[in-house]
Amino acid sequence: MSMNNQGRPSQPGIAQDNDIPTISGDRGLDLEARLIFEIGRDGVTGVDFPDVTVDDTRLGGLRRKGPVGLPGLSEPEVIRHYVRLSRQNYAIDAGLYPLGSCTMKHNPRLNEKMARLPGFGDLHPLAPRAATQGALTLISDLMTWLTTLTGMPAVAMSPKAGAHGELCGLLAIRAAVEARGEKRPRILVPESAHGTNPATAAFAGFSVDEVPAKPDGRVDAAALKAKLGPDVAAIMLTNPNTCGLFEGEVIAIAKAVHEVGAYFYCDGANFNAIAGRVRPGDLGIDAMHINLHKTFSTPHGGGGPGAGPVVLSDRLAAYAPLPLLVADKDGFRLVEDRDQLPAGARPFGRMSAFHGQMGMFVRALSYMLSHGRDGVRQASEDAVLSANYILASLKDIMSAPFGDGPCMHEALFDDSFLEGTGVTTLDFAKAMIDEGYHPMTMYFPLVVHGAMLIEPTESESKESLDRFIAVLRGLAEEAKAGRRERFEGAPRYAPRRRLDETGAARKPVLRWKPDPLPQAAE
Amino acid sequence: MRYLPLTPDDRRAMLAKIGAPDIDALFRDVPREAVVPVSAFDLSETKGEIEVERILSRLAARNVAAGSVPSFCGAGAYKHHVPSAVYHLIQRSEFLTAYTPYQPEIAQGTLQVLFEFQTQVALLTGMEVANASLYDGSTATAEAVLMAQRLTRRPKAILSGGLHPHYAETVETVAGLSGVVARAPVAPGRAEDIAALIDGDTACVVVQSPDVFGLIRNLRPIAEAAHAKGALLIAVVTEAVSLGLLESPGAQGADIVACEGQSIGNGLNFGGPYVGLFAAREKFLRQMPGRLCGETVDASGKRGFVLTLSTREQHIRREKATSNICTNSGLCALAFTIHLSLLGEEGLARLARQNHARASQLADRLARVPGVDLVTPAFFNEFTLKLPKAAAPVVDALATKGVLGGVPASRLLPHEPAARDLLIVAATEINTDEDFAAFETALTEVLR
Repeated sequence: MSMNNQGRPSQPGIAQDNDIPTISGDRGLDLEARLIFEIGRDGVTGVDFPDVTVDDTRLGGLRRKGPVGLPGLSEPEVIRHYVRLSRQNYAIDAGLYPLGSCTMKHNPRLNEKMARLPGFGDLHPLAPRAATQGALTLISDLMTWLTTLTGMPAVAMSPKAGAHGELCGLLAIRAAVEARGEKRPRILVPESAHGTNPATAAFAGFSVDEVPAKPDGRVDAAALKAKLGPDVAAIMLTNPNTCGLFEGEVIAIAKAVHEVGAYFYCDGANFNAIAGRVRPGDLGIDAMHINLHKTFSTPHGGGGPGAGPVVLSDRLAAYAPLPLLVADKDGFRLVEDRDQLPAGARPFGRMSAFHGQMGMFVRALSYMLSHGRDGVRQASEDAVLSANYILASLKDIMSAPFGDGPCMHEALFDDSFLEGTGVTTLDFAKAMIDEGYHPMTMYFPLVVHGAMLIEPTESESKESLDRFIAVLRGLAEEAKAGRRERFEGAPRYAPRRRLDETGAARKPVLRWKPDPLPQAAE
Repeated sequence: MRYLPLTPDDRRAMLAKIGAPDIDALFRDVPREAVVPVSAFDLSETKGEIEVERILSRLAARNVAAGSVPSFCGAGAYKHHVPSAVYHLIQRSEFLTAYTPYQPEIAQGTLQVLFEFQTQVALLTGMEVANASLYDGSTATAEAVLMAQRLTRRPKAILSGGLHPHYAETVETVAGLSGVVARAPVAPGRAEDIAALIDGDTACVVVQSPDVFGLIRNLRPIAEAAHAKGALLIAVVTEAVSLGLLESPGAQGADIVACEGQSIGNGLNFGGPYVGLFAAREKFLRQMPGRLCGETVDASGKRGFVLTLSTREQHIRREKATSNICTNSGLCALAFTIHLSLLGEEGLARLARQNHARASQLADRLARVPGVDLVTPAFFNEFTLKLPKAAAPVVDALATKGVLGGVPASRLLPHEPAARDLLIVAATEINTDEDFAAFETALTEVLR
């Protein structure tokens, strides 16, 4: 039966009043979701299993004595709950997501389909060798793409994310230093580096020595060279750097680093600007992680999983962690044991159980095969072109601290254009939310005051970029015109207004707990 | 190229706006000698979906999927049924293509999921607090050891011989840098006397239960012995479903729990991505690694969630952070949370009972095969058999008969003579009576 709208058309002319609270707490399509613990109850389940009884004879006396405390929900309730929650998220599929240094590019759905083929998604990591030849071949193919694109001879595949890759690289460097019978406790890290760089260096047992940036946003190569010495194990340099600029002195820096017997670690988070055009191996880099979830489009998933394979130079290749992938007459096999190492291999250890993020490998190879070498280069060029287009279109009204020359794949602004307006970088970013955009990366890198780092990626059309530029110009004009009210209360049109983060940290509530039972009346 | 929206005309117009003659001008900071032509890369050119799908499908077809044959491999990764609703929900764009929730006003979906995840993990492990996930069980174990070293200011970690050898090697790799890692001897099917190894330098003992051979360990006496000497007990669980039937590590006195969450909501994926569950006593909160999601209110008084206590983390504390972790396992944690929400109390209990019942039945059947002995007297859904000959070639022979008959212990412990003849076998709700019969028949033939 269909509804008869005849005679009662909607009345678009009636004024809207958003301030009338609804009875339900929901507002049209803005639907709230309580916690599963508040909607679940006993005696309901969303999965049917036959109920078998088991005796305790083989449980070692350790059978659970009480319930776990999980709520029961049927399948429709669970689906509705998580669909409602999903609608409170911004996502790259819904709009431009210009988080600098995070590379929110399009995530092709073919890659999802490929990763879920039973031969990959349903393959046990310890299945017999003969049952896994397709998977090992895929890893080998991906290794070929990664080593070819980077111009490096070797790659360690097991690191599970960028920071894990950094750790892998530094542990290889540590092993190489120790193999030479040397002690090199220091690592040089530019002050513009991602926080993971100093954290990883400390994690790997090194002390961290910061190198200042020059006023043009590049690392101070002279200061860096002055800090080099026989106690330096490595430098960790991001290139293109976190200001979105190419470190033009990189080859000279590498030479100086090698002259003192140190190693050159490159944070490859920004490889997406130069892939298919510049080979890090040609720059003198000894180790570099590649965020498959950035450059090669595996989805970020709200915070992972990622994958961080590390390409290694000849000087470090021998120290790659277990397992190693080798080929022999029967195909590929994994070397998981120190007694079966190929000649010259001296692995520093193992990064994790099994052999890396296979699900991400499939997606990344699917991306690479789809793009091809020409498409990879075009993607890098489009990413750089789009960032420069944004820089050129906004630098007259916003303030670009290094705006004199071209940028790479991200455009950096500071907050000097907001001076005297009373509007902060945070306010500006939150106002973008009301305009339907995810904010850019804020307050990073630390070398610029009130930083706003915009990375549009190659996935945006010109029309999309033009619209984004128009909105940012409009916001900048509003700020300069003194209309602070637009910014101070922002966001107004998001599922939540600004949240009390200070309160959350002061009295942490990190899990749901049932309300305490009411006290019985005396 | 179908993923690139810019047309040649767009590119020309954009270059004109920038004031650059060509794209090369934008790369002018790159040293000329470092720029290579695209022909320098010996790689293929752009391909359409049909071709890519054909190439990858052919590779996939050369693998034996666990669901395509009777399959009994475990040892840290388990084949369970993942409900269709899980696959559907985790592929929603809003979850799949969002970043780490740095802007909480437009990331409440992810954040509330993390809050529910933390609550579920705390309940399941019997602990007070849990984080928003780490990479996997092995790296979670390594982080737990580092945390114990920080908390106790002692250098030594003692690892049970029943700890998954990959986990032990992962711990040695990172916790051996500034501390000492000692491994107790391997004693398949028995509980070693690990308490005797604890001394005044010991930061923690690390015990897995069920252990890598499937044996259920009693953690209580180990916790007491550790606490008596000022050390912590780290409990490791590689099969999260076991927590539905067995007493939680928290109830047995564990201080930190590191658990692999793959079994709930996540496929085998040839070893990754998985999801590390990490839980601890509340008094250790400030030393926990990884992200934490907390409840708060927004400016209009509505409940909401944010990432919190980030002064522990790398992006704020840099070289003084509790861990270098940034990206974790968000989407795998989502799959875990949805699957566990579907199961609920009753579903999880039934699933766990069924796993134990299936494994018990299979153990009885295989122990009937001449020359085969059951090594593990107490187990959940995984047990170890002693075969009359080396297990590795037996597994290969079983594979030629279309049975993935478990993991030979020698694959994980190549230097352990006692492991040579041992076969680690898992059975779950997936396995049918026909699978059992096929396994029993094939094993009988191979051993004949």
